[in-house]
Amino acid sequence: MSDSLQELYGRTGRTITDRDAQDITRVEELSYDLKTSDVMSRDVQCLAPMDTMRAVFDLLRRDHISGAPVMQNDTLVGVISQEDLMRAMADGDQNAPIQKYMTEKVITVKSYEPVVKALEIFARTKIGRLPVVDENEKLVGMITKGDITRGVLVAIRKDYQEEEIRRYRASHLFEDIISDRTSLILRYKIKPRDFTNGGQASSHIKRALLRLGASPQLARQCGIAVYEAEMNLIIHSNNGGVLRVQVEPRRILMQTSDDGPGIPDVKQALQPGWSTASELARSMGFGAGMGLVNIQRCVNKMDIESAPGRGTKLFMEIHLRSDEKFKAPPESPEGPGV
Amino acid sequence: MTLQELITKLNLTVITAPRDFKTIAPQGGYASDLLSCVIAGAQPGNVWVTLQAHMNVVAVAALRDVSAVILTENAQPEISVIEKANEQNVILLGTSVPSYQIVGKLWELGIR
Repeated sequence: MSDSLQELYGRTGRTITDRDAQDITRVEELSYDLKTSDVMSRDVQCLAPMDTMRAVFDLLRRDHISGAPVMQNDTLVGVISQEDLMRAMADGDQNAPIQKYMTEKVITVKSYEPVVKALEIFARTKIGRLPVVDENEKLVGMITKGDITRGVLVAIRKDYQEEEIRRYRASHLFEDIISDRTSLILRYKIKPRDFTNGGQASSHIKRALLRLGASPQLARQCGIAVYEAEMNLIIHSNNGGVLRVQVEPRRILMQTSDDGPGIPDVKQALQPGWSTASELARSMGFGAGMGLVNIQRCVNKMDIESAPGRGTKLFMEIHLRSDEKFKAPPESPEGPGV
Repeated sequence: MTLQELITKLNLTVITAPRDFKTIAPQGGYASDLLSCVIAGAQPGNVWVTLQAHMNVVAVAALRDVSAVILTENAQPEISVIEKANEQNVILLGTSVPSYQIVGKLWELGIR
């Protein structure tokens, strides 16, 4: 059993606080999402009350299982387990009918209940396998801890495969679509003084580029340029602005535009350390006067068009090296960035 | 030196969701409260020491792929900042000690 499942057993039975909720893992989430019918074994071998204990022995040995439901005319009347069998063997009572040794008070779970319900029963009782019944109390399967572990692993693998497929599809975008010039355009609206959401557009862009198959270094380079540009809109623009990223197979064009206040002296603005940021922005660690300088370090080309009262347009362009193209990112950790 | 050892030796508070800190080995460090300087100067895998604790710290940490952020002098991030950090896999650690001393201790521990 995995640590996470073990942890889950220990955690059941009390209310989950906000603090716990922060730590909830995907495994725990799955134990609520998955239904018992998703993970149970459907191919169930049943026995009848008048079968002998010898038949139990044969079945458990043949199918490598530790117990079986006992059915009479489609009705679940009991369960018989390895322990019951051992009691019968100890008594030398192999030919006794199952009904003499079976457990009649059967605990069941419903097929539509979440897996966590079965886990709770496993944790509370000493039972290792549970019959699963439908809304009419009809037996539809059996569930064990092993079934749950397997079901969770399958679900996690599915999550993982889905992300892989998303990446694969995105990374082949430029190869699969043939045109004279293919580009993908991403647009983000940036609100003025919205420090709380600052950096969100650039983090989305970074993730999009990684999915498209950009190298981590290229994604980081674009991320930095776009972050500084995004923060400039938040700190300086009157009414916010628009951030536009155009991804092409061999280059990435990034552009911000706003409608004011405009930069009176672009040359001065480009000097390291020059800043007109407000006290608020400075108190948050902005206004080092390094934003445009940082952008220049990350891009191959940068242009500013601006005049007071007319707003600012910032153009940035990154060329992919000739040996570099969009492809699935390597698994190994990469060296230092820009 | 793993992040787990750093947390124990510097007596740091883990602010974001617990992770397997034994598997993370910080490479070098960077100290500044000016975000643009961090963007320019911090390297992937660095520990970043700062007393800023607002949302943009998470953005910059994610952007630069730093291994952890140490918030000094009891800088308290808001819940929304912690949530964002968890979402972006950014590790936030806290201490009451000022940046200067933390950097000194990191240096002594071999984070250079």
